[in-house]
Amino acid sequence: MDIAKELLKGNRLALSKAITAIENEYPEATEIMKEIYPHTGHAYVLGITGPPGAGKSTLTDKITRAYRAQGKTVGIVAVDPTSPFTGGAILGDRIRMNELTLDAGVFIRSMGTRGSLGGLSHKTADAVKAMDAFGKDIIIVETVGVGQSEVDIVKAADTTMVVLIPGMGDDIQAIKAGILEIGDLYCINKSDLDGADKLVREINMMLDLDSFMTDWRPPITKVIASQNEGIEDLIGTVEKHRAYIEGNGELTRRRTKRTRDEMLDILNSGINNFVKGQIVDSGRLDEYVEKIRAHDTDPYTVVGGLMDEMLKK
Amino acid sequence: MEKKIRVLVAKPGLDGHDRGAKVVARALRDAGFEVIYTGLRQTPEQIAEAALQEDVNVVAMSILSGAHGHLFPKVVDLVRGNGMTDTLIIGGGVIPDGDIPALKEAGVAEVFTPGTPTSDVVNFIKENVKL
Repeated sequence: MDIAKELLKGNRLALSKAITAIENEYPEATEIMKEIYPHTGHAYVLGITGPPGAGKSTLTDKITRAYRAQGKTVGIVAVDPTSPFTGGAILGDRIRMNELTLDAGVFIRSMGTRGSLGGLSHKTADAVKAMDAFGKDIIIVETVGVGQSEVDIVKAADTTMVVLIPGMGDDIQAIKAGILEIGDLYCINKSDLDGADKLVREINMMLDLDSFMTDWRPPITKVIASQNEGIEDLIGTVEKHRAYIEGNGELTRRRTKRTRDEMLDILNSGINNFVKGQIVDSGRLDEYVEKIRAHDTDPYTVVGGLMDEMLKK
Repeated sequence: MEKKIRVLVAKPGLDGHDRGAKVVARALRDAGFEVIYTGLRQTPEQIAEAALQEDVNVVAMSILSGAHGHLFPKVVDLVRGNGMTDTLIIGGGVIPDGDIPALKEAGVAEVFTPGTPTSDVVNFIKENVKL
């Protein structure tokens, strides 16, 4: 099967195979990306992040249904953690999205983090591009349950939604750095629980003190995802943010920054692979390590020499 | 380049609990596989579509209710019909020995009954999966 061509024709198995090739870094993945790249840039990417158990998957399910009711097609990339000990993973986000499985306008792909620490996998952005080229209108990226500092989602998404639930800590939590700085929107899920209004006040106080505030003040929406309550309001805030950043050029700035980061990543990994081939796989690394360990030379001199040598190639 | 084994653990039919499926899912995770679990009460159509979207190498089904004779072959047909010809399809659960030959005839590569050590399932997958 010509994966790229079939993907562009709307073949679901081809989309699935493309994501596998991307994720496993098969040699053909680069060719696939080249061929589909001209067809990307049309989808709007919504990032959903928040702590474990906040209800991200359930929200993704409900938000997707609301977009489907508007006639929009949706791609979902759901990331769950890979075990750092065995490399295995249980990817369970689909459990909350079972009714979407047979909707031809929805495509869901689960990914393990595979060693990445920022809340996504290294290949999430390329999987999003595959769904974009496939023709999805909206792509939702659901991160792993995050702690405080996994903020890669802002690099991958056009709009970032932070999902929180009541009862997870006092007001000092709200002024710490990390995920509470990245929300374009805040969603308080399980808002029938005690403490929901207090959490809204705390986030508002945090926003009041934000010295980098633009004229976009992130809205805070209370929902009960499991009962589908507040989802229309939530989607409304997503669309409002989208209109805002489309109108003032911020979307273009975000996407330019993303392109720049991606290009540097690809360049870096190309250089890394070259270095690995020249130094590591050839066995020279071990020779140098032996010499450095015996204090016959030092790593700075060795690296300086290797850089000169490689730049000449 | 890393070829990670991806397994869909699926519960077709109307079983009331999924204790066994979860134990197997955990064992497969600990073997280093990526396990996609979709929960209870799945239709064969849902299982086949999830297998396609996730591009899994293995579909591992579990049934306790006695409907295996109908549901397992249905899933095999739908998965193959989607063009996933290499996908390894296995089954487990409360399944009488006498029913196993017919299931294998229908395309279920192996059937694991109660008491099977989870390592048997892991080894079977490692030996028979096509990556």
